[in-house]
Amino acid sequence: MGRPNQDVVAETLLELARADKDVLVLTSDSRGSGKLVPFGKELPEQIVEIGIAEQNLVGMAAGLASAGKRVFGVSPACFLTARSLEQIKNDVAYSDRPVTLIGISAGVSYGALGSTHHSIHDFAVLRAVNNIDIVAPADNVETREAILAAAKAERPVYLRFGKVPVPDLHPEGTPFRIGRAITLRHGDDVVFVGCGETVCHAVAAADLLSKKGVSAGVISMHTVKPLDAETLLAAAKNCRALVTVEEHSVHGGLGEACAAALMEAGVSVPFRIVGIPDEYTVTGKQADIFRHYGISAQGLYDAATGLLEA
Amino acid sequence: MSDHELELKSIQYRKHILKYIKMAGAGHTGGSLSCVDILNVLYNRILRVSPETFEDADRDRYLQSKGHSVEALYVVLAERGFFPESDLETLCGYESHYVGHPTRKVRGIEHNTGALGHGLSVSVGVALAGKMDDADYRVFTLLGDGELAEGSNWESAMAASNYKLDNLTAIVDWNTLQITGRTKDVCKTDPLDDKFVAFGWSVADVPGHDLKALGEVLGRAPFEKGKPSLIIARTTKGKGVSFMEDVGKWHHGVPNDDEYAAAIRELESAEAVLKGEKISV
Ligand SMILES: [Mg+2]
Repeated sequence: MGRPNQDVVAETLLELARADKDVLVLTSDSRGSGKLVPFGKELPEQIVEIGIAEQNLVGMAAGLASAGKRVFGVSPACFLTARSLEQIKNDVAYSDRPVTLIGISAGVSYGALGSTHHSIHDFAVLRAVNNIDIVAPADNVETREAILAAAKAERPVYLRFGKVPVPDLHPEGTPFRIGRAITLRHGDDVVFVGCGETVCHAVAAADLLSKKGVSAGVISMHTVKPLDAETLLAAAKNCRALVTVEEHSVHGGLGEACAAALMEAGVSVPFRIVGIPDEYTVTGKQADIFRHYGISAQGLYDAATGLLEA
Repeated sequence: MSDHELELKSIQYRKHILKYIKMAGAGHTGGSLSCVDILNVLYNRILRVSPETFEDADRDRYLQSKGHSVEALYVVLAERGFFPESDLETLCGYESHYVGHPTRKVRGIEHNTGALGHGLSVSVGVALAGKMDDADYRVFTLLGDGELAEGSNWESAMAASNYKLDNLTAIVDWNTLQITGRTKDVCKTDPLDDKFVAFGWSVADVPGHDLKALGEVLGRAPFEKGKPSLIIARTTKGKGVSFMEDVGKWHHGVPNDDEYAAAIRELESAEAVLKGEKISV
């Protein structure tokens, strides 16, 4: 088992900041949840505390970036992408400032705290905003690489992370590029396309399926936008069913992005989107909510066999 | 540049604002006429920025938070040589970069604005970077009085004093009107000076069409070491054209042919008086 992705985020940011004094981390009273207390102790000049004011955090991030700072805004995803959506849209994306926005405790990481603290809308809203990449890394390796890639991207990037330990899926040194999916395993019968903390469940489901003699592939589609349609289409053409999975509403997220890419390419494959349905979201631990909505080995196994047997 | 030349520029800018709004058939006439004297003084007296130095890291920055008064900014930037004035013939046209709110596609513009309540936050960020880098540039931003109802302004106002940003000056174009009516009736922001003082700013009040007074007050910012400065510029919406002055419908009213001719006549006679005075001195 690996560590929480957020630990890796904080560690990678510290490493970047040690090497470059223009690297700044902005927090909205969120350094504790962002695991950034050690960062603040070591480099107090490079952490900017905004207070509980996410709109101002994003606006200031754009201003700092315009003056040459390499800015990472770290704030709970639920607030960062809703309260300050207009600042993301106008001050970062439209104004084309190379700000990296890091949504922490994303998806249903704060499951028991209720919908105020869930961010299952962030892919949907940001997909419709021009000029920002959306990345949800699956494990510690992807997390570190995604932060390093965002630091070099010179353009707006939104990254989102959860707070529980996640299994290691990739060996160190796995090549990573924003916009380029990573195929974890190939499969002829069913392919799972997931992102973020759901990918490990797709891997577990693929294990269950292979025990039953079903060949199941898994793709980590860590970048929701720009979508790696090439990898998606290649996989879809060589399987009998495709299941997407995400810690997000079934509306407007990875699943619908894949569906659109498949339809526009004229690739027809039995298809299912697994995510949070459009209803009053159940509460509990992230794992409880995942299980409830079938974002689990068993749930994904069932989704796959349902499509294959139909 | 003499005070007299500056006065003449204000009239010239007003004529250009009306010319291009008339040509485009769209624009924020009243607010552009109310803030243009402030822009005149900023770009001709205060800001250390020119087309040649616009990319320099140590240039002074001006961010127009009340983005809808972009026509005033366009005519001043054109006159200062950031782009050819003839570009403004495309204002609000198909595929023109000269859209109804500022964007960085236009040379001389620092930030894309238009949604209200954004410019101050971004300016706070730029000013904070300046402090971190020990740079000596200054940051100026222009807010509308109606805009102050946006809560994000007050987040930024707190941050600016928290970070002791005395390299930041915000100017409020206090024309007392917004699209619906009197600002005091829509959402009362008075007493604005007390509010900003309470937020840790140093505040000055100035007649917003008095170029000399504007030059003086902008020139002495920061008013206090370690504090951001706020200038409440008492302006008149539609200033310079008698039938537009302080009349709400000119917020984004476009003059018809007769109105346009009358407005230009009035500005030209003011110009003649100004030139005549100069000759008679
Ligand atoms: Mg007003």
